[in-house]
Amino acid sequence: MKRLLPLLTGLVLLLSACGREDLSTLNPQGPVAEKQLDLMKLSIGIMALVVVVVFIICIYVLIRFRRRQGDKTIPKQVEGNHTLEIIWTVIPLVLLLILGFPTIRDVFGLAKDYSKDKNAVQVKVTAHQYWWEFEYTDYGITTAQELIVPTDKKISFELVAADVKHSFWIPAIGGKMDTNPGVTNRMYLEFPKEGVFRGKCAELCGPAHALMDFKAKAVSPSSFDRWVAAMKAPAVMPADAEIAEKFTSQCLSCHAVGENGGNSAPNLTGVGSRQTVGGILYNDEAGVEQNLHDWITEPQKYKIGAMMPSAEDNSLTAEEVSSIAKYLAEYKLDY
Amino acid sequence: MSAHDHAVDGQLPHEPEKATLQARNNILGFWLFLGAETVLFGTLFAAFLALRHNIGDGPSANELFKLPMVFAATMILLTSSLTSVFAVQALHLHKKKAMVGWLIVTILLGLSFLGLEIYEFFEYVHEGHKFTTSAFSSSFYTLVGFHGAHVAFGVVWISLVIGQVLKKGLTVVTAPKVYISAIYWHFIDVVWVFIFTVVYLMGKVG
Amino acid sequence: MSAHAHGHTVKRYRGLMDWLTTVDHKKIGILYMIAGLFFFLIGGLEAIIIRVQLMKPMNDVVAGDTFNELITMHGTTMIFLAAMPLLFALMNAVIPLQIGARDVAFPFLNSLGFWTFFFGGLLLNLSWFAGTVPDAGWTSYVPLAGPTFNSGHGVDYYVIGLQIAGIGTLLGGINFMATIINMRAPGLTFMRLPMFTWTIFITSALIVFAFPALTVGLVAIMFDRLFHANFFEVANGGSGVLWEHIFWVFGHPEVYILILPAFGIISEVVSTFSRKRLFGYSSMVFATVLIAFLGFMVWAHHMFTTGLGPVANGLFSIATMLIAVPTGVKIFNWLFTLWGGSIRFTTANLFGIGFIPTFVMGGVTGVMLASAPADYQYHDTYFVVAHFHYVIVGGLIFGIFAGLHYWWPKMFGRMLNETIGKITFWTFFIGFHMTFFVQHFLGLLGMPRRVYTYLEGQGFDNMNFISTIGAFLMGVGTIAFLLNIFITWAKPRNAAADAWEDGRSLEWTIPSPPPEYNFQQVPLVRGYDAWWKEKMEGNTAMTPAEPIGSIHMPSPSILPLIMSLGLFIAGFGFMYDRLIVAGAGLVITLGCMVIRSLVDDHGYHIEPEDQEKGVKA
Repeated sequence: MKRLLPLLTGLVLLLSACGREDLSTLNPQGPVAEKQLDLMKLSIGIMALVVVVVFIICIYVLIRFRRRQGDKTIPKQVEGNHTLEIIWTVIPLVLLLILGFPTIRDVFGLAKDYSKDKNAVQVKVTAHQYWWEFEYTDYGITTAQELIVPTDKKISFELVAADVKHSFWIPAIGGKMDTNPGVTNRMYLEFPKEGVFRGKCAELCGPAHALMDFKAKAVSPSSFDRWVAAMKAPAVMPADAEIAEKFTSQCLSCHAVGENGGNSAPNLTGVGSRQTVGGILYNDEAGVEQNLHDWITEPQKYKIGAMMPSAEDNSLTAEEVSSIAKYLAEYKLDY
Repeated sequence: MSAHDHAVDGQLPHEPEKATLQARNNILGFWLFLGAETVLFGTLFAAFLALRHNIGDGPSANELFKLPMVFAATMILLTSSLTSVFAVQALHLHKKKAMVGWLIVTILLGLSFLGLEIYEFFEYVHEGHKFTTSAFSSSFYTLVGFHGAHVAFGVVWISLVIGQVLKKGLTVVTAPKVYISAIYWHFIDVVWVFIFTVVYLMGKVG
Repeated sequence: MSAHAHGHTVKRYRGLMDWLTTVDHKKIGILYMIAGLFFFLIGGLEAIIIRVQLMKPMNDVVAGDTFNELITMHGTTMIFLAAMPLLFALMNAVIPLQIGARDVAFPFLNSLGFWTFFFGGLLLNLSWFAGTVPDAGWTSYVPLAGPTFNSGHGVDYYVIGLQIAGIGTLLGGINFMATIINMRAPGLTFMRLPMFTWTIFITSALIVFAFPALTVGLVAIMFDRLFHANFFEVANGGSGVLWEHIFWVFGHPEVYILILPAFGIISEVVSTFSRKRLFGYSSMVFATVLIAFLGFMVWAHHMFTTGLGPVANGLFSIATMLIAVPTGVKIFNWLFTLWGGSIRFTTANLFGIGFIPTFVMGGVTGVMLASAPADYQYHDTYFVVAHFHYVIVGGLIFGIFAGLHYWWPKMFGRMLNETIGKITFWTFFIGFHMTFFVQHFLGLLGMPRRVYTYLEGQGFDNMNFISTIGAFLMGVGTIAFLLNIFITWAKPRNAAADAWEDGRSLEWTIPSPPPEYNFQQVPLVRGYDAWWKEKMEGNTAMTPAEPIGSIHMPSPSILPLIMSLGLFIAGFGFMYDRLIVAGAGLVITLGCMVIRSLVDDHGYHIEPEDQEKGVKA
């Protein structure tokens, strides 16, 4: 059957790779996503069984009972068959029970609240159009776009939105939870393996919804401690006084570095050591300074609807843009 | 059609509102419509219940509501339901004058209810409980206002029905109109009983 | 007055005026079909642009804001303005014939329902010309759709367009419930109703009890947007989650409103073309009722990630899974209807049979989605997109295609061309699976839905390309269907009464197309599959339940059109803050209501001698 062609294509693609290790739900990198994949596998298994049974009966019937040319016979008019009808009521019920039990177990298991757990890292996630703010409430530090977490602890998230509804999702680590304006949601995740994982916004939030990516970087416990210390260190301001003044007046009205600045735009402390600029410009491709330069010059070119004004609207000259990009690119944290 | 035969010799059946298929269709269809209306008000109630504590800077339900006036409005509307029952009884006895009389009383009671409600709303706005004040005020005015609009619609409708009965007489065409408008009137009464309980009494209790 | 009842001269129109004033369910069905197909093409064009944009990573055919407009309008148009009207088309064309009635219970309201739908849909789509298009998704989640974050008029078009169209749907629901309860031919008890009539009955009930919730939601969002109310304004105590609840309390039953009629169509088609009685009829009826019932208590499975807590998520998971049981019953009943039959592969039946495995695939992903912890991964990804297209396109649209091919001769008196029909089926079927099968995997690999583009190298590129090719193939199938209509239009109207020769229900006992009064004599029904039963007993016609006599018909009226036009005008008045215009529009509508109430419609009669002449619809 030709219908099987795309089916096979899909299966081949599936078998050849379960997708990127840092992105795919089929390639889980933490216990939460593993639990969810187990449930997915169980349900896919049960459902594949159902599909196969239906397909076999269907194909058999279509071949066996097709009307021959000129056939005028009237088939036997069957009203029904109670035994058969009971069978195909009871078997699905049993299959659903098999799926229902682990579903309920995991619904409650994954809803565990670690917000009072001293051993968990508390992170308050605030979703904005179109960036992510991460506040480490126990440490009094705030970062943006790149979540840094230790591999040895549970991370307890408090999720909220600053404007419209968004949804916080790191597919390889665990399922999503919505960030609702005015309501706080909680969830926990674990990151046992070191690495950088891709996070996404999963709820339509405006024109740049597609580009509202973030990164989650899991590091060793000691590295995490060093990062916290580095974040708490006094801010490094541009060496050139003129640039520093321009940076303060034009950038820090919304952004912050260290203890200076506002909080209506992403915190830039140590932005030079992040994986991306704006969540989508990868620094290992073009280089962090180039990316920062591009972004500051024309943010809307890379993220439609971004709230940040262009360099021109922000009255920054080309030299100032270069200097600020250079300064930020060199603002790295050692951890 | 049999409808015409009845009308011409003045021999109305005991239940003239159900004499023709079209009339029976209308009555059934109207009950289904009331089913839909029930869901409509149910959803409005649900929204109100979800939002009623979010009073923002405005006054609370407890500060706002004056039960004696609302109770008076309730009694007026309940009485009007009773008078519309009398009208339908008169219809079954083919007493056109009595029927029209009771319908007029029903309308007058409905109008006085509306008057009280408008006065009440003016008072509330005066006390800082405007439509735009808070989620509570928006959902309150929407729910109670929707009911009020239904009462107003009912008043206009029954007036038109009275006009038709006076002009065309009591026939198998006009009888179902009287009957259906009476069902409608009972429905908005029942909705008001729920509003009185859920909005006003519960608002007073907290 | 009655002495002259038979002498009423009712003005009868010809040509365009005839179509604008008709209250004949058959003509209204055709109007629904034309309008539904028109919106289907618009929605399809939007889909093609969406797929072209997503064909390759970082494509720039349309920008993010336009893309959001496209997905919003695609979803809204396809569900409210294409799928539902096409269902209403089949309902109107077939239900009165299947129950042996001369018309629906409320012919005037039937016409009003069509025109409100039409003007609502027109208003919604005029947003493209106004340049402010709804862009918050067909679900219009607030605050994104609220006044604070969506200050243009876009969402106003959505709110008011759907509100007006929704009136039509609600009227249709009430009308068909009343019709099926009150207008059945003698002997046609509920447990003898054809399956399609049963599913329309249940669907109508769902409409009556689900649409008012949407009405209230739209009123609330309209008040927020136009009059600064605070239902969903978080800063003033409103709640965005409340909108989600209201929307899905309507939205989930809506899914069953869409799919149940398709179940009915498939039951008729499969049974006819296998020359067999529907297997397990009573369990089919019971399953339909049960699905509708459960459909009202599972809405929160659209909100597993909203944060309702484990108790709610657990309960809604289990409730949702339960729906699989009656649905499974239906699938196996169809398979066993085919079993032992004599299966004829007409285009209608190809769509019918293609429906079964396709819908099963959509159904099983539904059960997968019902498991809340796994749904945390699927939710708002392409997995969900794949799932609902499998049930809505693979289920409902296949059903509609089956129904249109099946009842086409009854509606128009012409058979559709089978060769072109088969081209339609195979291109559409293969294109469909190509488009949507891979989307399951896109979701699992981490692609969220409603994204206007995606970065390179995430493993999405190839499958998106395959998906776009499939969409074009579906487009080819649709064009083939349109060609079929145009080509066969030139052919003579020569379809037989029992056009497929194996017809089982009452619509196949009267000419194709039927005369405007449908049945010269209302038939007496002696069992399930009434016409089949007579044929098997060697009869060539139904036993009449009444003597030949004068037939009463309702008069045509232009009022429904004017009433809807009034609402249309009022809608624009509200949107653009011209309250005088809004008032004028409402006065037009209410004025027409008053006229309708005051002026009695006596209708007219068709006398036996005119019946012999064969008054064609």
